[in-house]
Amino acid sequence: MEKRVTFKGLWLPLLLIAPQIVITAVFFFYPAGQAIWQSLFIPDPFGLSMQWVGLGNFEYLFSDRFYRASFVTTAIFSILVTLVSMGVALYLAVLADRLIKGSGAYRTLLIWPYAVAPAVAGVLWLFMFNTRVGVVTWYLGLLGYDWNHVLNEGEAMGLVVVASAWGRISYNFLFFLAGLQAIPKSVIEAAAIDGARFWTRFRTIVWPLLSPTTFFLLVVNIIYAFFETFGVIHTITSGGPQQATTILVYKVYADGFVGQDLGSSAAQSVVLLVIVSLLTVVQFKYIERRVHY
Amino acid sequence: MATVALQSLRKSFGKTDVIHGIDIDIADGEFIVIVGPSGCGKSTLLRMVAGLETVSSGEVQIGGRRVNDVEPMDRDIAMVFQNYALYPHMSVFDNMAYGLKIAKVPKPEIAERVETAAKLLQLEPYLQRKPRELSGGQRQRVAMGRAIVRKPAVFLFDEPLSNLDAKLRVQMRLEIKALQRELGVTALYVTHDQVEAMTLADRMIVMNGGVADQIGAPLDVYANPATEFVAGFIGSPPTNFLDAALVGEQGGRIGIRPEHIRLDAAGRLTATVGYAEALGAETLVHLRTEDGTQITVRQDATLPIPGEGESRGLVWESASAMRFDAEGRRVAAG
Amino acid sequence: MADRNGMVEKRGGGLWLTHLGLIIGVAFIFFPIWLAFVASTVEQQAIVRPPMPLLPGDRLWENYSKALSAGVNAPVATMLVNSLIMALGIALGKIAISLLSAFAIVYFRFPGRKIFFWLIFLTLMLPVEVRIVPTFEVIANFGMLNSYSGLILPLVASATATFLFRQFFMTVPDELAEAARVDGARPMRFFVDILLPMSRTNIAALFVILFIYGWNQYLWPLLITTDPEMNTIVMGIKQMFPSGDDIADWPVIMATSILAMIPPVIVVIGMQKLFIRGLVESEK
Repeated sequence: MEKRVTFKGLWLPLLLIAPQIVITAVFFFYPAGQAIWQSLFIPDPFGLSMQWVGLGNFEYLFSDRFYRASFVTTAIFSILVTLVSMGVALYLAVLADRLIKGSGAYRTLLIWPYAVAPAVAGVLWLFMFNTRVGVVTWYLGLLGYDWNHVLNEGEAMGLVVVASAWGRISYNFLFFLAGLQAIPKSVIEAAAIDGARFWTRFRTIVWPLLSPTTFFLLVVNIIYAFFETFGVIHTITSGGPQQATTILVYKVYADGFVGQDLGSSAAQSVVLLVIVSLLTVVQFKYIERRVHY
Repeated sequence: MATVALQSLRKSFGKTDVIHGIDIDIADGEFIVIVGPSGCGKSTLLRMVAGLETVSSGEVQIGGRRVNDVEPMDRDIAMVFQNYALYPHMSVFDNMAYGLKIAKVPKPEIAERVETAAKLLQLEPYLQRKPRELSGGQRQRVAMGRAIVRKPAVFLFDEPLSNLDAKLRVQMRLEIKALQRELGVTALYVTHDQVEAMTLADRMIVMNGGVADQIGAPLDVYANPATEFVAGFIGSPPTNFLDAALVGEQGGRIGIRPEHIRLDAAGRLTATVGYAEALGAETLVHLRTEDGTQITVRQDATLPIPGEGESRGLVWESASAMRFDAEGRRVAAG
Repeated sequence: MADRNGMVEKRGGGLWLTHLGLIIGVAFIFFPIWLAFVASTVEQQAIVRPPMPLLPGDRLWENYSKALSAGVNAPVATMLVNSLIMALGIALGKIAISLLSAFAIVYFRFPGRKIFFWLIFLTLMLPVEVRIVPTFEVIANFGMLNSYSGLILPLVASATATFLFRQFFMTVPDELAEAARVDGARPMRFFVDILLPMSRTNIAALFVILFIYGWNQYLWPLLITTDPEMNTIVMGIKQMFPSGDDIADWPVIMATSILAMIPPVIVVIGMQKLFIRGLVESEK
């Protein structure tokens, strides 16, 4: 797509685009280049010189049991967050779509969590499940269940998943509701005349027609779980216990800033870079289709 | 007021030539219509005069001044666009005043000029409205008003009526012509509608594939088309064409306007009647010759309408037959 | 619309079940927020001796004024101002540079145009989480730690906003630019007088999304603000938890959490239409 009409000039457009390019170069490309460069070195113990190690950092990284475990953790975490938040959102969207009146009111109530930062969501859920004062913990105790996400790895994972998914429900709900409302009612009525009951209609008509939205949300939610849930993990578990909730992004932070292992952190950044690039390509291929439908 | 001259005007996009050299001298106050099918280069030609397209070679002169490299706003022109191109967020008043504001015309004068134009176009009640609150015809008038307030030497119209319905189109056509007369301004008007061209033009330029096939007054063009294309494009229903060999002549094709053919028991050619369209004042009879050529005859409504499938002879005066050579150029009679 | 599902859906019992299901969902969504609100209105004693009450207490004023004026490390009022500056800086900065670069890319032909476009596109692949250590070093070298420019600048380049405006400019009819040229408008005049006013809704919708994006930043402020006076509220909450075995000052922490939510919630609820539009368009 190109404009037929353009203005003449060379310096003006360069001037206009300069702020974005300068910021991109200084804060995006230079640091990314640095990450790639640093991933090929290790600093000596005094931090005075850098020693070339080639792909040594990467070899070391992938021989690290905790790093490999972090991949599995990230995968489990992302899949669970995506399924939980999309599942709940779809359930609510289908219900709201059935309403003739009042779906707007529910929408207003349900979009709140979008405004809540992941880190704040983490604090809210931490408060409910706090081992000492948490109200849910206390009631679980009454039922005879001893909740302790500080020690129990499964419970820790469960808590960060729910807290992360909770904040994402609004977003998924809005897209699902928009997707459902875009399905022509005549199609559904035709199916009803053909004798299809609600579940049959949902399975054979609604779900297939909703699949572009679903696929889009799948990709976007995985990206969210990968990169934007740092705040949840940091506030609730700090990656523990025993690194059970250390997802890749958290590990870059922990190794680079807390552990000060710059070579390894840089190598991890490069690995993440590759992952984001792949996800972006998937997303963009899909988006292009979306734009041109 | 100004004259406009185009000299060997050419335009190419990359390697594709879209305008192959146009020459015309336009008199002060003349109404010129550029007409042709889509893709013939008529809009490009107009946009070159406006300064919205660069000139590949040749010259555009306005008021005797070469303006090839002059910005649109300094060419002393105004333009009415096909989709009106009104600024959607500005009121009618601001739309019309925008160019004057940029030119730093004093405020009282802007108000006066806009109001004069609004009065002329019966837009006074709508000056504070936004374009989306207006009907198609009103938007069209605002676009004209925006052109008028600039008091340009030359008015450029790019298919200004093609977004209106048929009835409004006829009405606006008359208004445009009256306005141009009243203002005495030179006008270049692009359209694909040959009726618009016939009714509006002092002279028309019939374009075909980037070439001006013919430049002339509408009735001259109608009576004496320079090419087979012009003969076919101007006039409705279009000219009938048949191979010269069919009537025993050498080479090329012959064109006869529907009103110049008469049906008789026998004639130069025999054809089978297809269907007939009775339009009230006249009747169009569609026939097919033995070799499959379609012929349309326009006859007075008082004449009998032949029945479908009947055979008729086609009769015409030799003088009314137009002869074209293999390249479609007109060949002198005889 | 009015009778959209009249024929297909059951009324009566089915309708109530639908409402019930939605109310359960709303309750699930709201429970954590409600609990935080209750905790922010009671005394510390009511919380450390579980179970805490489920209805608000009478200490709202005390807890909030303590949070706003004193906080734990820095007054929450200061952190709110920091967050506001950061969120506004990021939102307005992104919009400004994206508008300009989209205008350049769409309305001009200049050497390197395609390359610049792809450079901007590539930033999609470089979220701050991926390049934290080297970006931190850049900011440190510029002496921008603990500064607003350090908080804002690295987050200001935005491929998404540039694409959105590019997309929108593409839909603006060519004739408008031509009419403006005939009217004598130079490029910047056209940009200011025609293009900007026409982009108002898009700008507002994007602003809602970007404001929340900026407000909710966590990792970046965590890294570069070591001075509590420069903390943003979202990252400041975590700093309020004591290290070791001390008991957290839950009422103040929860009051701070509520305060951290209020501005973005106001923006989302108050500008709901624009928010939804911005969300859908920026993801296209």
